[in-house]
Amino acid sequence: MRRLVAALVSVGLLVAGCSESSTGSGGTPTGSSAPGTGVTGTVTVFAAASLTESFTRIGKDFEAANPGVKVTFNFAGSSALAQQITQGAPVDVFASAAPANMQQVADAVSPTAFARNKLEIAVPQGNPGKVAGLKDFADAGKKIALCAEQVPCGAAAKKVFTAAGITAAPDTLEQDVKAALTKVRLGEVDAALVYRTDVKAAGASVEGIEFPEADKAVNDYPIAALKKAPNAKGAKAFVDYVLSDKGKSVLADAGFAAA
Amino acid sequence: MPPVLVVPAVLGLAFLVVPLIGLLAKAPWSTLPQRLTSPEVLDALELSLVCATLATVLCVLMGVPLAWVLARGDIPGRGFIRALVTVPLVLPPVVGGAALLFALGRRGPVGQVLDDWFGVSLPFTTAGVVVAEAFVAMPFLVISVEGALRAADPRFEEAAATLGASRWYAFRRVTLPSVAPGVVAGTVLCWARALGEFGATITFAGNFPEKTTTMPLAVYLALETDPEAAIVLSVVLLAVSVAVLASLRERWIGG
Amino acid sequence: MTLDAHVRTGRGTFEADVPLLVQPGETVALLGPNGAGKTTVLRALAGLLPLRSGHIRLNTTWDEPPSTFVPPERRAVGVVFQDYLLFPHMPVLENVAFGLRARGVNREAARRAARAQLDAVDLTPYADARPRELSGGQAQRVALARALVTHPDLLLLDEPLSALDAGTRPRVRAELGRHLREFPGCAVLVTHDPLDAMVLADRLVVVEGGRITQSGEPAVIARKPATDYVAHLVGLNLLRGQADGTAVALDTGGTLIVAEPAAGPVHAAFPPTAISLHPERPSGSPRNTWEVAVAGMEQHAHTVRLHLDGAPSVVAEVTPAVIAELGLAPGTRVWAALKATEIQTYPRA
Repeated sequence: MRRLVAALVSVGLLVAGCSESSTGSGGTPTGSSAPGTGVTGTVTVFAAASLTESFTRIGKDFEAANPGVKVTFNFAGSSALAQQITQGAPVDVFASAAPANMQQVADAVSPTAFARNKLEIAVPQGNPGKVAGLKDFADAGKKIALCAEQVPCGAAAKKVFTAAGITAAPDTLEQDVKAALTKVRLGEVDAALVYRTDVKAAGASVEGIEFPEADKAVNDYPIAALKKAPNAKGAKAFVDYVLSDKGKSVLADAGFAAA
Repeated sequence: MPPVLVVPAVLGLAFLVVPLIGLLAKAPWSTLPQRLTSPEVLDALELSLVCATLATVLCVLMGVPLAWVLARGDIPGRGFIRALVTVPLVLPPVVGGAALLFALGRRGPVGQVLDDWFGVSLPFTTAGVVVAEAFVAMPFLVISVEGALRAADPRFEEAAATLGASRWYAFRRVTLPSVAPGVVAGTVLCWARALGEFGATITFAGNFPEKTTTMPLAVYLALETDPEAAIVLSVVLLAVSVAVLASLRERWIGG
Repeated sequence: MTLDAHVRTGRGTFEADVPLLVQPGETVALLGPNGAGKTTVLRALAGLLPLRSGHIRLNTTWDEPPSTFVPPERRAVGVVFQDYLLFPHMPVLENVAFGLRARGVNREAARRAARAQLDAVDLTPYADARPRELSGGQAQRVALARALVTHPDLLLLDEPLSALDAGTRPRVRAELGRHLREFPGCAVLVTHDPLDAMVLADRLVVVEGGRITQSGEPAVIARKPATDYVAHLVGLNLLRGQADGTAVALDTGGTLIVAEPAAGPVHAAFPPTAISLHPERPSGSPRNTWEVAVAGMEQHAHTVRLHLDGAPSVVAEVTPAVIAELGLAPGTRVWAALKATEIQTYPRA
């Protein structure tokens, strides 16, 4: 049975290789993520919630480039993911929204920063609260959502406010960045501090306002294969793919800056 | 006792108790006293108890009459209405919270009216926590009270009517006392559900210490950075609810 | 103060159609088999079931579709339900005081009146007891006290003795009779027990299939039943025929010779004990004789009831000695004899 599957997979790889070379539209594959490297099976990736859109796309591209390989994702808050990994979840790759969470995972093999993100002010479409800049966050008359300090976007927000010398007057401290963004999208708050990528992903219902203090809290995203990865080859191939030009271009589209 | 019942019963009990033991085993007992008396824990606990109790009062005031209408009222589409009542049971609480935002939020049809006419805005307020908890917990009350009412003999209400009692008087002095155990059981369930409510609360009422951060929200956020604190909070929640439920059952339902 | 009712209502396709006139101080018993519509009439009088047509009047109009319907709580009625329906969570005194409290009487006055009413049914020591601590007879008396405490114009009793065991029944029945005689208003009693009806009521109304089939004084009905149901209740054989002098040609075949001459359609009634059985055709005194076959036998306390097929078919009651003597068993053919003087004949409508 296993032999049969292997045979089918190799036939599949051959066909894929042929079709790619015949159409000539695939571009030059880089590094070890090229087809025919023997990557098979399922690659399990735990990734920060803010990577949901970009990694889903990268995963699809990776699967297309490596026929027969399946990528499954678990998107959640970085700290929750780090905890699940230390509790023994069978994971191949971990992509965190903050180096701190990566450090909790002793098992990570040489984490590499692959993207950086910074905060942006998110306001509902049309900016009904007339929010102009960071100082409006001190206005108790405006409805403000921030992330709780316990989660990365909240920690980043705190740094920004400290740097700007502003005491924020939030109405709610959300449990993650998506929850904060939802409140903006529904118009329940006048503004929230979220990541650039989140504003971009939210589409037309949310408008982003950049502010200079954002540079005080730039957030590096590290990625690493795990020592106990059930699919070590797949893990390495996926990490290499994310770090490749193709991966970077997807991340740039999502609003990430290069690390 | 037949093993075919005892074995699954023991497994079932173990299934419920083992995670609890896991929690207790992980608890940092040595630092427990000072952690317990920290203002954050006490604030969250107080807020939780106050909100769950207010939500329960709200549920009783609206839910008991609703249960009565469902059990006794001669209304068309009763089955459909009963199904509607159970919606919050199956709805993921986060969706329930979002639905509350759609209706009662600043841009929701009801929320707009509340805001324009009365200057009342529910999201991000303690009142919002009560509303979210009541929304999720009310079905527990309605279902158990309705069950008790349907089991109660409606002829007692007829007897009261022939003795000159209006429907309200009969309800108050005859029906309600006869279903008291069901009402108490429903109230207790409702309170317990409200106390542990997380998803709808954080979605609708947000999270801000002393205003909307109830115990479950504090637990969730503590898990992000300080799992030990989360365990302490959970143990407190557990101890309080077990104490209250046990004492109420003892008194009203006879064990 | 007279109850003037024409009850036409029911459930689904069943409809009771019962006119009823009850004078103050009078007790009328609705007697009938299960499902005859007696309780339907009672519920309509209480206001628990609205009329479809007809009327109910007592001082004022209580129900007259489509214009008038007075709900039960605003009718001057008292109801004693079949299983009493005492409120289980209230002490006896509160149960009795309930009707007054519901009508706005203050607590003290209501309790005083309830105590007096309890005293009237000799249950003063049980004022603080819970209903479940009472015996059946006591519960019945509490139910009566509860119904009477508001001095209703109309007292309704639904099978008031059926929940009692045979031992306590006679005593409770006698006591209920006393209270009914003292009651100044109209009383309507529903029962399927002829003895209860005969003892408690001034007048019987027999209801079968939602219609009145016979009404009148208990003694008359007991002697002259008009339907098989009533005849069975009072333990008489009832036959129908055309009288011509002292000969009655029976509808089911056969002829009876009776003592009193009559003419036209008549009932002929006689007790089962009036039938005697013989191995051969008896001769002599003026009696009716005919051949019958034993169809069934039922053992009663000291007698055996025989169902006899013939022209006419009748029920006979004999001693076990007769069974042994004649060697009776289902299928046995014997001769029945009946004296003309034992037969009551009366015209039928």
